[in-house]
Amino acid sequence: MAVRRLAPAEKQPKEFAFTAENLDWAKGQIAKYPEGRQASAVIPLLWRAQEQAGGWVPQKAIEHVAALLGMPTIRVLEVATFYTMFNLEPVGRHHVQLCGTTPCVLRGADALKKVCKEKIGDEHHVSADGTFSWVEVECLGACVNAPMAQINYDYYEDLTPENFSRLLDDLAAGREVKTGPQIDRQFSAPVGGPTTLTGEVGTGGPAPAKEPALADADAKRPGEAANVRDEGTPKPPVGDGSKRRKTTRRE
Amino acid sequence: MTKIVVDGIEVDVPPEYTLLQACEAAGAEIPRFCFHERLSIAGNCRMCLVELKGSPKPVASCAWGVRDCRPGPNGEPPQVETRSPMVRKAREGVMEFLLINHPLDCPICDQGGECDLQDQAMAYGVDSSRFQENKRAVEDKYLGALVKTSMNRCIQCTRCVRFVTEVAGVPELGAIGRGEDMEITSYLEQALTSELQGNVVDLCPVGALTSKPYAFTARPWELSKTQSVDVMDAVGSAIRVDSRGREVLRILPRLNEDVNEEWISDKTRHVVDGLRVQRLDRPYVRENGRLRPASWAEAFKAIAARIDTTGPGRIGAIAGDLATVEEMFALKELLSGLGSANIDCRQDGAAFDPALGRGTYLFNPTIAGIEKADALVVVGADPRREAAVLNARIRKRWRMGPFAVGLIGPRVDLTYPVHYLGAGPDTLADLAAGKGDFAPILSAAERPMLLLGAGATARPDGAAVAALAAKAAVAAGAVTDEWNGFGVLHTAASRVGGLDIGFVPGQGGLDAARMAAFGTLDVLVLLGADEIEVAPETFVVYIGTHGDRGAHRADVILPGAAYTEKSGIWVNTEGRPQMGLRAAFPPGDAREDWAILRALSDVLGRKLPYDSLAALRAALFKAHPHLQRIDRITPASADDVHRLASRAGSVDAAPFAPTITDFYLTNPIARASAVMAECSALAQGSAALRAAE
Repeated sequence: MAVRRLAPAEKQPKEFAFTAENLDWAKGQIAKYPEGRQASAVIPLLWRAQEQAGGWVPQKAIEHVAALLGMPTIRVLEVATFYTMFNLEPVGRHHVQLCGTTPCVLRGADALKKVCKEKIGDEHHVSADGTFSWVEVECLGACVNAPMAQINYDYYEDLTPENFSRLLDDLAAGREVKTGPQIDRQFSAPVGGPTTLTGEVGTGGPAPAKEPALADADAKRPGEAANVRDEGTPKPPVGDGSKRRKTTRRE
Repeated sequence: MTKIVVDGIEVDVPPEYTLLQACEAAGAEIPRFCFHERLSIAGNCRMCLVELKGSPKPVASCAWGVRDCRPGPNGEPPQVETRSPMVRKAREGVMEFLLINHPLDCPICDQGGECDLQDQAMAYGVDSSRFQENKRAVEDKYLGALVKTSMNRCIQCTRCVRFVTEVAGVPELGAIGRGEDMEITSYLEQALTSELQGNVVDLCPVGALTSKPYAFTARPWELSKTQSVDVMDAVGSAIRVDSRGREVLRILPRLNEDVNEEWISDKTRHVVDGLRVQRLDRPYVRENGRLRPASWAEAFKAIAARIDTTGPGRIGAIAGDLATVEEMFALKELLSGLGSANIDCRQDGAAFDPALGRGTYLFNPTIAGIEKADALVVVGADPRREAAVLNARIRKRWRMGPFAVGLIGPRVDLTYPVHYLGAGPDTLADLAAGKGDFAPILSAAERPMLLLGAGATARPDGAAVAALAAKAAVAAGAVTDEWNGFGVLHTAASRVGGLDIGFVPGQGGLDAARMAAFGTLDVLVLLGADEIEVAPETFVVYIGTHGDRGAHRADVILPGAAYTEKSGIWVNTEGRPQMGLRAAFPPGDAREDWAILRALSDVLGRKLPYDSLAALRAALFKAHPHLQRIDRITPASADDVHRLASRAGSVDAAPFAPTITDFYLTNPIARASAVMAECSALAQGSAALRAAE
């Protein structure tokens, strides 16, 4: 963490206003909250402003959101400076958030940092052509596939200096890239396929030939939203040994 | 009521109390930084940790309710320890964390000697630091002309943020960033615009926010402290005047729950430097169009020569906004001794007549009573600028729960939402007739209130406006035997006192405007009256403190004492007589005003019968016994308001004009102050001063 300030005046755009489409969307967000509680919509609105402004929150966007929500500007500034996912300085088209927390460092994030420095330049700086910028961030929660980086909205995992620099080259050239693990690994499964539960349970029979534990289609079925359960109803818990009693749940 | 045992002492407290309040009720002292009685609870400094039996961890007593404590296994009352070894260890730990990033610059810190952190470090600090890393460094912020920042010292208690948001109602301060890097600032370091901002300096428990004008001036232990009363507005805030030698160095608020709680406005606090400059320190006499320094005897002789040749009907006196009751009383006696009825204390021309009863010009609901009101209509006033502390009280009431506020007059931002009803007397007439949207709200209220700005009556049809306002108050049911919601908000500290002693034109006497007009008088005595333009030809005797408008116009100047330099009684807008004490002596040959009048009366051969201030007070109290009940209000009768309401009069449709155009420059002392001038310039949007910081 470091002191976070708004970008210097010369980088700030002269003005900011939501596009008609975003304004409609913002009004929808505001309408979710009861009268007098419009300020609750500040984070979604700031996020949308960041998307519209090209990945960062200009000063005028803060003022625009404050005016839209009837909040004092300082309150919006507090929110924007508190959350590090709001970038206060311009970022590149591909904004690399490189994880620098312990598991990733143990798995070689320092080497990736060097790649970033060579290919992009200093941290918090946009490359000359505006393609890249990078920052070191705290744990993004993909430690099992460490080291990893988030580029715009996607995770890229199991990085090595080689595949990471290839990835950056591909992104710069506009080529199709693979998200997720960059090695022969399925999601967070063990490298090279399953290592347990490979045979018939209890029979001691030989393990069948290795095959993926899940098919791609099973896991990546897109849900309507993050909070909508994709799979069927969860299995009922296995009997805990006690006698089944009638539940006292109210009918 | 809930029982709770604190350090073995059982106390019975309301369940909504916090543990901290319960501990204080039991006599235990709890250290704190972020907690403040008049602000919302933040619970972020952790200094108030106590041990709660049954809780595995110490709890922050400021944020823990008594009703949230579990009783013992057999239903015993919950037990709290505030002095156990565990508590001590916990607080020492908190203190060590606070001191990690706090610089050791107490010797150069203005808060030194009155610093909460310093005091509590004496009790809970450990003797050395175990911290080997670098201390945090924070950039200082610009917050305007009054608040100086040394942000390295900030312990992030957020009292200042909560004060400006909650009490002052101008949410300009905030905490940006997070964790160790959290910083207190205004948006892009713009100057604060609240007229109560000086209070954040008092609230800051460390030296992060200090007073800019007072920077590096004195240490608290060098100062002699005098209790006094503020005269910058008619609220009469309780103040403490700190002086060293002959010089007043600063003014701080005193606690007075009935008037100002513990806040004062910036004008009250920072007018201090105005007491030092532009002072009249010797008598002057105008000769051949120029003022020349003179002795008291010469000055008196010049006055006597003029008055002796003037008929009683051609002599008059106007009392200014800062005068004490005693000197006005003496001046009134002197004028009546000379046979003149031309006296007036209303230099702005506000149409209040003491003959109609005290109830017609007092703030009857009282300032503390604002909290009991449940609807308010403000008529022709801008309480935020005319009485900033009183406005904070209205805001406090608004924050307590539903409170409808209507506004008739200039559109102003009062820091709370208002129903804007209209600009002039027509709207008031509609309200009195029960027309419009707001009239039903007002009449439905149990204790409605009408706040009439004194400035709204300072116009030719002022008496009719006052009557109309009283009529509206009566129509809304605001004036009953139990509740008198008709309140007049004066702007001058001397006004109610002057009206109380009848410092208004007698039979056939001229009022202030006519006295100041051309050709009506030969001799006019101005007792600190600077807000009035006196026509040429009149011989003006000015008794006052500053080289302001009155002194420029004067033919003879008699140097008087400012409010910190004399003992006197002022009656605030509620009708509460309050006594201020002398903190310093007037400069040079200047004398206390009552003594000047007494000496002048001798020269004029109409010797006033009192040789001491005590004797003058005795005579004053004899004539006006209610003034001797210092600090207490003698309530006025509701009948006064009913009588006023029944008076007819035609009003002009012209909208009410703002009474105060510049909050910072309303009296001669404030106009002499460089700090007030800077505040005024800032308020007018001058950003050029920012560069100088």
